[in-house]
Amino acid sequence: MRAFQILIDGFAISALYALGATGFTLIFGVSGVLNLSHGAIMVAAAVAAWAAASILNVGTYAGALIGVAVALLTAFATYFAVVKPIQDSRRIPNEEKEIFVLTGTLLWGIMIQELIAYFFTNNAKTVLPIVEGVVEILGVRTPRNEIFTAIVCCFVIALLWLLVNRTRTGKAVLAASMNPRGVTLLGLELTNIYVVVWAIYGILAGIAGVLLGMFLGVSSYSVGPLTASAFSIVVLGGLGSVSGSLIAAFVVGYLETLTAYLVSPAYRTIPALLLLVFVMYIRPQGLLGRR
Amino acid sequence: MSTFFTSRLFFISVALVIIAATLPLYVSGYVLGLLTVAFYFGVFAMAWDLLFGFAGEVNFGPTFLIGVGAYTAGILNSQFGWSVYLCIVLGALASVIAGLVLALPALRVRGPYFGLTTLVAVLMLQNFIVVFADLTGGEIGLTIPDVITISAGANYWIALGFMTISAAILYGLSQSPIGLVLQASGQDPVQAGALGFNIVKHKLAAFIVSAFFSGLSGALLVFYFGTASVGTVVDVAVGVNVIVSAVLGGRRTVLGAALGAIFLIVAGEFLRPTGELATFIVSAVALLVVLFFPGGFLGAALSREARS
Repeated sequence: MRAFQILIDGFAISALYALGATGFTLIFGVSGVLNLSHGAIMVAAAVAAWAAASILNVGTYAGALIGVAVALLTAFATYFAVVKPIQDSRRIPNEEKEIFVLTGTLLWGIMIQELIAYFFTNNAKTVLPIVEGVVEILGVRTPRNEIFTAIVCCFVIALLWLLVNRTRTGKAVLAASMNPRGVTLLGLELTNIYVVVWAIYGILAGIAGVLLGMFLGVSSYSVGPLTASAFSIVVLGGLGSVSGSLIAAFVVGYLETLTAYLVSPAYRTIPALLLLVFVMYIRPQGLLGRR
Repeated sequence: MSTFFTSRLFFISVALVIIAATLPLYVSGYVLGLLTVAFYFGVFAMAWDLLFGFAGEVNFGPTFLIGVGAYTAGILNSQFGWSVYLCIVLGALASVIAGLVLALPALRVRGPYFGLTTLVAVLMLQNFIVVFADLTGGEIGLTIPDVITISAGANYWIALGFMTISAAILYGLSQSPIGLVLQASGQDPVQAGALGFNIVKHKLAAFIVSAFFSGLSGALLVFYFGTASVGTVVDVAVGVNVIVSAVLGGRRTVLGAALGAIFLIVAGEFLRPTGELATFIVSAVALLVVLFFPGGFLGAALSREARS
């Protein structure tokens, strides 16, 4: 009974983590950018969906769409206002661009977080779920919304896989992650590929944010923990490896759920952090990372 | 090094310290209290700059070192009632040990991987503080029975003196041959090693020095506040402030980091009337500096001087 509960709850959480981390790892894999405003973009999506549905009364579906659109716009703003100027800057030496992108996106994330707190307060907000009610699976009372979350996450990840592996654009993205110079030599504009990747990222982060808002609720305080969890999942799986991130998301998701149910919710994040430190010592490149 | 004592930077620094030392004679206790915190923060930022600017280690967890120093000093004082000075020294030593623990992964992994390890170190420390709430006061914070002194002026002078001495030592170290070797090993460890420098030894030394000053400053801050809490010395947001200070002031300048920290804290206070938007404005200004003056305040000033 309890085993089933852990199995089901863990799956939903893990799928959500996976969706959130995929976009993050995709950007790193293609353009070497670690986007520390990730959590802020997810929260922005959730809060926009909440505001649209609860204040403007546009309905849950339209609200969710508005949330994803806001995440897409924020992702573009992040790229054009913060990341691209740093990458193109001549005054920043190349070997220091990484830390500048980290600092820049971090500050950007704080700005988004503060704006959200200013206009919508720090209170936790729960987005109205698209599907309501509970069903009984294997004797476990499960909210329909939890099943919906898991299904959407898996569907979107599958769609992403198809996009990357089966379409021309996706193959260009894949090629850019392997060898950016080779892609430019083939006559593809690297900036266009980056814009596509940031668009994919924005949509993924938006969907993950809105689902998170329906499933657990968000507040402007969730920004830091969300970025940290995406960052650790991605490093655990191997930076830039999408399949590694998926595995890592499930490992972390189940580890957290197990600890929360069997030990105490207060210790929820500790085993995952310990595992992360352990993996960093014996296999610094992560589970499936390339060096 | 000898050119430093005749340089304009040296005279400006001395003049600033002298002006700062006379402040308690004519400003209010409120301003002094603000600057006291800013000075301790300045030491955090300078210690961070030594690690990042020179050793090239992206340390996202300056608060791990600060927090270990601060909490060790605080717990020893509140549990055993040992004297304040002994607790401060022991806090700094505990922080050095923490620095060695943090240095171990740094010798194996680089760049973002090391950055993450340090971030995890902070999260772990935060978790442990909450889990062992009996000892640490948990999320509410630890109340510390003793303080160094209650006089605002004396506290201010202690902080100023401490920052000045730390700045002199850290700056001297960064300009010494050791600083050069650190810079070389940060930029190209293989080549620096091939030139016969012991990189491991130098990096460990950088971690120890950085940890020592972070811990010492953290312990002093705790005895100034009379309390230690996650929000003031451990939280990731505090670490972010330290990093932003160093980048704002100009990385690889050490002294700039202290300027950045003072600016950040004073600006935050000036913007207090704007309410919740204060943090937004400070972050926006910091982002603009990062984008348009990547050298930071001191970097921009120094390069102008070098050009003329």
